Amino acid sequence: MKEKKINKEEVRYIAHLARLELSKEEEEKFSRQLREILAYVDKLKEVDTRSVAPTSHVFTLKNIFRKDERKDSLPVEEVLRNAPQQRRTQFQVPRVIE
Amino acid sequence: MKLHELSAHRLHKLIKNREVSVEEIVISLFQRIEKVEEKVKAFLFLYKKEALEEARKWDKRISQGEDIGPLSGIPIAIKDNICLDKKETTCASRILKEFYPPYAATAIERLKKAGVIFIGKTNMDEFAMGSSTENSAFQITRNPWNLETIPGGSSGGSAVAVASGEVPLALGSDTGGSIRQPAALCGVVGLKPTYGRVSRYGLVAFASSLDQIGPVTKTVRDSANLLQVISGKDEFDSTSLDYSVPDYSESLISELKGIRIGLPKEYFIPGIEEEVKKKILTATKVLQDLGARVEEVSLPHTEYAVATYYLVATAEASSNLARYDGVGYGYRTKEKTNLIDMYKKSRQQGFGDEVKRRIMLGTYVLSKGYYENYYGKAQRVRTLIKEDLDKVFQDFDAVITPTSPTVAFKVGEKIDDPLKMYLSDIFTISANLAGIPGISILCGFNKDNLPIGLQILGKAFDEETVLRIAYAYEQNTEWHKRRAEI
Repeated sequence: MKEKKINKEEVRYIAHLARLELSKEEEEKFSRQLREILAYVDKLKEVDTRSVAPTSHVFTLKNIFRKDERKDSLPVEEVLRNAPQQRRTQFQVPRVIE
Repeated sequence: MKLHELSAHRLHKLIKNREVSVEEIVISLFQRIEKVEEKVKAFLFLYKKEALEEARKWDKRISQGEDIGPLSGIPIAIKDNICLDKKETTCASRILKEFYPPYAATAIERLKKAGVIFIGKTNMDEFAMGSSTENSAFQITRNPWNLETIPGGSSGGSAVAVASGEVPLALGSDTGGSIRQPAALCGVVGLKPTYGRVSRYGLVAFASSLDQIGPVTKTVRDSANLLQVISGKDEFDSTSLDYSVPDYSESLISELKGIRIGLPKEYFIPGIEEEVKKKILTATKVLQDLGARVEEVSLPHTEYAVATYYLVATAEASSNLARYDGVGYGYRTKEKTNLIDMYKKSRQQGFGDEVKRRIMLGTYVLSKGYYENYYGKAQRVRTLIKEDLDKVFQDFDAVITPTSPTVAFKVGEKIDDPLKMYLSDIFTISANLAGIPGISILCGFNKDNLPIGLQILGKAFDEETVLRIAYAYEQNTEWHKRRAEI
């Protein structure tokens, strides 16, 4: 594992990927804290895992299928009730196409 | 004893023998809540009016001769990350304030059928991320044994509601110890079932490969009864497993002949409080006197559990929490912006510090160039942690450990040091990584009268042995009879 210290620029990039806006203070604080946490988790490097398979699920699970049957959905009004903004039967978002 | 001090099982007997009405119980609990809630702040929402109406309905049914089950008319509190239909479910986050789920969790549907009475929703660390319940966006919950200390987390509200006598039963959720650690710090019984035993449908997702719903109770019998009701395959959760659910009350036997218990040497590390260590070793003697054979075992990868967990859990969380985008439900920024900035600002304003930190960490470890070194590596070490346990379980029926290396710590003590906070989960995390069941029960107090928890871990789908050991210990000691004075 190549040592890579997380700097403020990287924090800004990660925040963008995560769709988070961060204040200047948060950028400062998170780059320090993430550095500390990443330094701690680096201890996993000590473990030889070359011949170990990653856990994808704790128990052996086979694909689980259900019958393709038509069932009632929740009423549209009830689902829309939680939306911050809605119009007629749809969620409303800021304009995407100018 | 007063009604609010009784277990659900005792209340059930009183109701069944018509010695007390369900309404009297609910009234007595709300009197207790009015007296102590101001101090402990366990609840985010209370449903007094509806609870009383439900209670009167039950009394009517009982007076008409209806047969009642163990949970009929028994009051319960629900952690606020479990959906109760048409009741505000916030996960203690600003981003979900005023979110009213249009459906109920499967565990809730099963509880309704069993006839419980919902008293309210309990406080928690935001999205179950934390070990002290200080990360709630709305309030800080206090430990009833000492109001200066934290109750543990993230199901701190549920543990406190039970420990303070506000309710006999509660549901919590456990991703890395979030039921067992607060149960230990508040001196109650907390059970994390095997992964897949209880449906996660309607549990707001944090880390989907680790999350489980489970009971928080005053006694082991109540834990068994509550687990009985919420367990089983659910078509709405394909990871809920199709294993038959045994009759857990049959596991409540108060001796341990033939039971083999492992005591992992790696759990008695520097950093564990001396009094915690002493109480666990004393508990070991009690188990031996009851017929169990206790031997030292080794779980060599234990020291890597915290690092593994914080990579796996944050990676899953960053992906699960991507859904909070201010579109379908939840908080949206009031600022006028384009679509991308609307997402960013809504999330900036809606999430608290710890949630942002974990989303950042999770996004980082999944990002290009780091995925294999962090997330991939962690999933490989997870396999080794699971194999350590599998190996021990070839020769042993259960493993016992302290639930937490320390007793309840002071409010504010670890909040600015995430890593220090993460290390308080060091003994509970392996069970989630391996998918196995675990329980925490009270096994004594330190010199300041703060509770100490004993953790019992079992094989996958063997909640029965875990319950049996817990029950035998409880029945042969007096700790569970103590109540916090507030």
